[in-house]
Amino acid sequence: MSTVFGQVVKRREDPRFITGRGQYTDDVQLPGMLYAAILRSPHAHARIIGIDVEAAKRAPGVVAVYTGRDLAERMGSVPTAWIPPESDLKTPPHRALAVDKVRYVGDGVAMVIADTRYAARDALDLISVQYEVLPAVVNQVEAMENGAPVLHAEAPDNVAFHWQIGNATDEVFAQAEVVVRHTIRQQRLVPNPMEPRASVAQYNPATGELTVWVTSQNPHIHRFVLSGILGIPEHRLRVVATDVGGGFGAKIAVYPDEALVAFAAMDLGRPVKWTEDRREHFLVTTHGRDHVEELELAGTRDGRIQAIRVRAYANMGAYLSTAAPGVPTILFGLIVPGPYTIPYVGVDVYGVFTNTTPTDAYRGAGRPEATYLLERMVDLYAREIRMDPVEVRRRNLIPADEFPYHTPTGLEYDSGNYHLALSRALDMADYDGFRRKQQELRAQGRHVGVGVTTYVEICGLGPSQVAGAVGFQGGLWESSTVRVHPTGKVTVFTGSSPHGQGEETTFAQIVADKLGVLVEDVEVVHGDTARISMGWGTYGSRTTPVAGSALAVALDRVLEKARRIAAHMLEVSAEDVECEDGRFYAKGAKSRSVSFQDVALQAHLAWNLPQGVEPSLEAQAFYDPANFTYSFGTHICMVEVDTDTGDVRIDRYIAVDDCGRVINPMIAEGQVHGGIVQGIGQALWEGAVYDEQGQLVTGTLMDYAMPKARFFPNFETAFTETPSPHNPLGVKGIGETGTIAATPTVVNAVLDALAPFGVREIQMPLTPERVWRSIQEGGQRS
Amino acid sequence: MIPQAFAYRRANSVAEAIAILQEDSGAKLLAGGHSLLPLMKMRLANPGTLVDISGVKELRGIQRVGDEIVIGALTTHADVAKHPLIRTHLPALAEAAARIGDLQVRNRGTIGGNLAHADPSSDLPAVALAYDARLTVMGPAGRDVLAAEDFFLGPMVTALPDGQVISSVAVPVPASNTRSAYVKCPHPASGYAVVGVAATVTVAADGTVEHARIGVTGAADCAYRAYQVEEALVGQTASLEIIRQAAQYAAEDGSIGSDVYASEEYRRHLCCVYTERVLRKVLL
Repeated sequence: MSTVFGQVVKRREDPRFITGRGQYTDDVQLPGMLYAAILRSPHAHARIIGIDVEAAKRAPGVVAVYTGRDLAERMGSVPTAWIPPESDLKTPPHRALAVDKVRYVGDGVAMVIADTRYAARDALDLISVQYEVLPAVVNQVEAMENGAPVLHAEAPDNVAFHWQIGNATDEVFAQAEVVVRHTIRQQRLVPNPMEPRASVAQYNPATGELTVWVTSQNPHIHRFVLSGILGIPEHRLRVVATDVGGGFGAKIAVYPDEALVAFAAMDLGRPVKWTEDRREHFLVTTHGRDHVEELELAGTRDGRIQAIRVRAYANMGAYLSTAAPGVPTILFGLIVPGPYTIPYVGVDVYGVFTNTTPTDAYRGAGRPEATYLLERMVDLYAREIRMDPVEVRRRNLIPADEFPYHTPTGLEYDSGNYHLALSRALDMADYDGFRRKQQELRAQGRHVGVGVTTYVEICGLGPSQVAGAVGFQGGLWESSTVRVHPTGKVTVFTGSSPHGQGEETTFAQIVADKLGVLVEDVEVVHGDTARISMGWGTYGSRTTPVAGSALAVALDRVLEKARRIAAHMLEVSAEDVECEDGRFYAKGAKSRSVSFQDVALQAHLAWNLPQGVEPSLEAQAFYDPANFTYSFGTHICMVEVDTDTGDVRIDRYIAVDDCGRVINPMIAEGQVHGGIVQGIGQALWEGAVYDEQGQLVTGTLMDYAMPKARFFPNFETAFTETPSPHNPLGVKGIGETGTIAATPTVVNAVLDALAPFGVREIQMPLTPERVWRSIQEGGQRS
Repeated sequence: MIPQAFAYRRANSVAEAIAILQEDSGAKLLAGGHSLLPLMKMRLANPGTLVDISGVKELRGIQRVGDEIVIGALTTHADVAKHPLIRTHLPALAEAAARIGDLQVRNRGTIGGNLAHADPSSDLPAVALAYDARLTVMGPAGRDVLAAEDFFLGPMVTALPDGQVISSVAVPVPASNTRSAYVKCPHPASGYAVVGVAATVTVAADGTVEHARIGVTGAADCAYRAYQVEEALVGQTASLEIIRQAAQYAAEDGSIGSDVYASEEYRRHLCCVYTERVLRKVLL
């Protein structure tokens, strides 16, 4: 077989993206199209006393104005689709437009449909809403206190759910030699993909068919949920999400906006487009993280971690978004023990309603939060027992011969060599040399530090039976159809929905590798429910392990049929056919061969097929993974802190990741780079801040600091390859590893640099002022 | 982020721009647009008319006129940053212009538009103060000259009278024993100065500081001259100790502000740190 699997192939999707030829939702132009604009609440919490839309209706270009009351009987509630078991989850209705009450700044109040985007926007200013402003609460811990403002009557204590797992007892902590206790806050982040959300809907009254273009990571989930909200049967609903300009989890959710646009298109009989602007993105698109965590770690004096216990308060925002309840529970709690042999684990999570933008998955989704708290606690523990933090990790990492490994939280880690990744990274970093240099520099008054993270990640979501058991209201298998055309060119239809990750290239590499065709002769189709029978989309580092495996199974079926046809053509039995580099040979007689293209043509001509073989050459697979897969690795960062200003400079960043077999090293490295940047973004710059009235203070890109290329040194990356035994390709996920590992790596590096000042905690993001203050305060203490 | 409707008019000369401003009180000048248009998209500014002066050639370009370098108001930051006269004689201005925004902003944004907008975190006001720049403004009654020191009055408030146009910025060519520099702590999101300090110092042959001008931006409600730092330097022989002492006064002449990114206390501290840094560059 050819060796295109594992080779660097340039991303085939990039030329159209970088030359402006992508087809994003906002590029859709339809005859007679109207434009929607949505009036959003300026208050975090208020009763709607009255809405006067008459002036807006009379404004030039305005076709229709809708309020919550107009739609209450005509549209369903926007549901949540993840209901963790035994969590007493409350599901108060989430109306597409608020009816009686608004619950966060940005909550939809009315929608204007007009001839142009400008007319629609201008008319918003003509709508007069009378509000009775209510007290707001933005902090999840305060929201649980007696007397806090109540968002939903269904949850009088603002607790949306309470979920627990684990075996850690008070006794374990009472008997431990060392107990470290700490409270941390993992701040709220705004995803900010380059492409904001958008939706276009077109209704055909003659056939009753509705087409919705939407910025989605999972068009079939959008179809499933929109069908319920709109009451339109799935077979008459087509959802298209061809090119999507990044999602980072924020385009998993089904939002009120796309349902509103679809409703208006049906109601008015004309196509309607809505495109979010960046200000709306900040206010309305789901945010990520936002935990307050009380932490306890128990261990021995010689560095053995015995137990970790977490009480987390997760800020869910004003409503439960589509996947939101699964993020701080299943995707967080189960992975709290991380890559270590910790016998006792306890996780106790409160999901809390507040008057803020709903939160949901954000790159890593639960796993960065778990990794952050664990890695911070390991470093604090190391400091407590005066042991090098790397040595503590060495003593607790799961040994390579203990896989498959069962965690106290019920996971089965498939494969790993955690010590190998650690030692590779330490070698690359010259860790021991750095520690010596650190001593010398400290003597000169310079403050450098190093942070080391060893992590494991749940990826490849996931076996459908498990999905059901953990309350996900869907399956997590994946579909793939491989269609070989008469000329031997191949079209792949995948149920995953890549939106920047590069599967148009890596999936073509899988095909080229299996069938011996050229990468250029493969087309990968995704993101259209009319062309792809079913799928669950792209998130949770699942596309390559699950959809890639579905593709591998379908390819095996194609190959098997092609072998039978080739055998017939070569007049030998199928067992006597060998396949290499796109040619079929008669075993032992290399001169007798037919090409894959010859076979494809014969399959379609069907003039002379073997007995019982159907014409054409196409196969479909519905692949349900046997288990999750678990990527892992070690990241190391070295920083220097300017103690005069509190500025943090990143000097080196080393990442050794293991995602099983690597299909395309350049793409895998690119995923790692992007993940690291986003992870460091949380550590040092990003943070959504609300004031006490619930106004988002960091609501523009002038205030909310996204990472920029000039903030970083060159990253030093490497891979170890421990194949997953769970899937036919031996692959694991790589899209989220950087975000998971980078945040604690950088924070631990800064705290290491400031250890001489006695600094144990700095609230993320580690802005220069916070770093400077921690030095002032720590310095006073010591 | 969709602006309200507005009329667009293109002026081909300063006189034409002034005439439009006279007849239409809701009109605003549009040069590079990189400050005004974002405000309009947020509907924080809603001018009824934009008067596009970007095509007025007489307002563009850099030349030496006698003992002054005269910079046309429509000269872009990119052109300022790379011009040989600026790089040779006004290095602090070159450094500041080169660090404004990003490439696109520097290619569109203009020195006149920047100073007229008077964002309290903008880089150029600090440099204008440090160089004793003078702004030529033109209005219906003719031409007037305003000193930079008298120009910045508050956040986005200047001494520029309504209906008038900055036509050029003139800077006296510094003596050959004058050194200048600009240092800044950029906001990680906007790139604007959390604190930016420009310094111009002239040192006599015997090592005595003869002249010092310190402009501070970002920290206060508008850019200001740090008079007390200047006074602490003039007449002294430069040393690290003198610099450190003088820099302690860096926040004393401004009305220092606070926001979600940096508190007043921290900004005061940064004023001192960055003043010390810029003085070390020009004096040591």
